[in-house]
Amino acid sequence: MSINRAACIAGIYEHPTRHAPDKSLAQLHAEVAKGALEDAGLSKNDIDGYFCAGDAPGMGPISMVDYLGLKPRHVDSTDVGGSSYLLHVSHAAQAIAAGKCDVALITLAGKPRSEGMATGTAPRVVAPSVPDAQFEQPYAPTIANMYAMVAMRHMHDWGTTSEQLAWIKVAASHHAQHNPHALLRNVVTVEDVVNSPMVASPLHRLDCCVITDGGGAIIVTRPEIAKNLKKPVVNILGAGESPKHTDGGRIDLSYTGIEAAGRRAWEESGVKPADMKYASFYDSFTITVLKQIEDLGFCEKGQGGRFVSDGNLISGVGKLPFNTDGGGLCSNHPANRGGLTKVLEAVRQLRGEAHPAVQVKNCDLAVASGTGGSLGTRHGAAVLVMERA
Amino acid sequence: MMTTQRKILAPVANVETQAYWDAADAGKLLVKKCQSCGEPHFYPRALCPFCFGETEWQETNGEGEIYSFSVMRRAETPYAIAFVKLDAGPTMMSNIVDCDFDGIAIGQRVRVVFQPSNGGHKVPMFTPV
Ligand SMILES: [Zn+2]
Repeated sequence: MSINRAACIAGIYEHPTRHAPDKSLAQLHAEVAKGALEDAGLSKNDIDGYFCAGDAPGMGPISMVDYLGLKPRHVDSTDVGGSSYLLHVSHAAQAIAAGKCDVALITLAGKPRSEGMATGTAPRVVAPSVPDAQFEQPYAPTIANMYAMVAMRHMHDWGTTSEQLAWIKVAASHHAQHNPHALLRNVVTVEDVVNSPMVASPLHRLDCCVITDGGGAIIVTRPEIAKNLKKPVVNILGAGESPKHTDGGRIDLSYTGIEAAGRRAWEESGVKPADMKYASFYDSFTITVLKQIEDLGFCEKGQGGRFVSDGNLISGVGKLPFNTDGGGLCSNHPANRGGLTKVLEAVRQLRGEAHPAVQVKNCDLAVASGTGGSLGTRHGAAVLVMERA
Repeated sequence: MMTTQRKILAPVANVETQAYWDAADAGKLLVKKCQSCGEPHFYPRALCPFCFGETEWQETNGEGEIYSFSVMRRAETPYAIAFVKLDAGPTMMSNIVDCDFDGIAIGQRVRVVFQPSNGGHKVPMFTPV
């Protein structure tokens, strides 16, 4: 069974907030769900599938379906970190294709900014029963230094420079200036990035994404329902997923889980990287983007630094416009999980709803990809290919 | 810049891994090797992650080379985290200590040193040879 054109994205919503001390976590989930339903032109009673991940409070999906007052016949709370929501779109399409539900709701929300969380630089508490904990926690791994080791190795193997990585942030900032909701709207230069304070070598402060409150939601439904709704139909063409890990100590940072996930997504969708008019790449750090570009086949392995340079990712300037909302690097990284907002901007581009300054002309094919967890050790990875119907 | 003392989180051993930490306290670095396929692996498991065969402990020479590293500057006490590819085969996460952080390089030869953790077992870390 393939999900090729078996399901559509019919509704999207991104919470405009970036700082929400006045709202509860569950409330944010409800507000984004309401927003996505309104966008789709559907009502709450239409929802018969619900998807959420580790950001949702409570036991799997159970507490949230109670709070939201949903009565789904299909639920899925697979948590693969920030890539969860890309994977949820794929799993929702599978469920729809299998007849398990008709209208699936996916929600994400979080408040790391109002909670003052040191998202990337503080070691996270891991339960002792987690098998890797005792062999890693004494060394103080953080999100930042785990991604930094991937960047360090890339520089060693391929001569990639901090200036090349900086171009990714520069491109994101060019897009963010047009997004009124973006946390950071100032355009930055390569010099700004490489002169910002070192966080975890070789990653500087401006190589890192923002920390924001907020959330988003997606409605996935079957084509027969989507075609009668008010928004332009976005078809799901194909998807792939693949966890990657330390492989019993055969650690190899030359690739991420996106390599296998991308291969599966391209195969199912029947299109190729060169066909893409727009791409959303999870941008927890600049290096995260560079690795996805290579692993998805937009350039040869090792050539990512050259590929992203000189504005090649800037809409209207380069060959591959990416994260035209400003992405996680400048706009929004709700719940420290960037996968969902990647889908949202891809759908805006395919609908022609992106900001006119960054809207890609005739945007009929787009890809969204993301990793979740730690690029240096173990992570989830998911890739989604979409088309304007 | 020389390393200053960072408070090292004590590892929580369990029945599957106790021998590893007892050996660390005695100044030895162990890995697990599969009795079926013969492959060593890390972190140590009772069943081989490659074939589910039974595994046994194997002492290493405590040496290897740096596969990648990062110096964490945004911390109360900066520290260097690394993946060290052991001569014994597997690559393990560790810290590089007792050296100038600016001199750390990929490919550098390192040997194990055991550092006290905060009220627990000694923890294998590495220093340039
Ligand atoms: Zn084996």
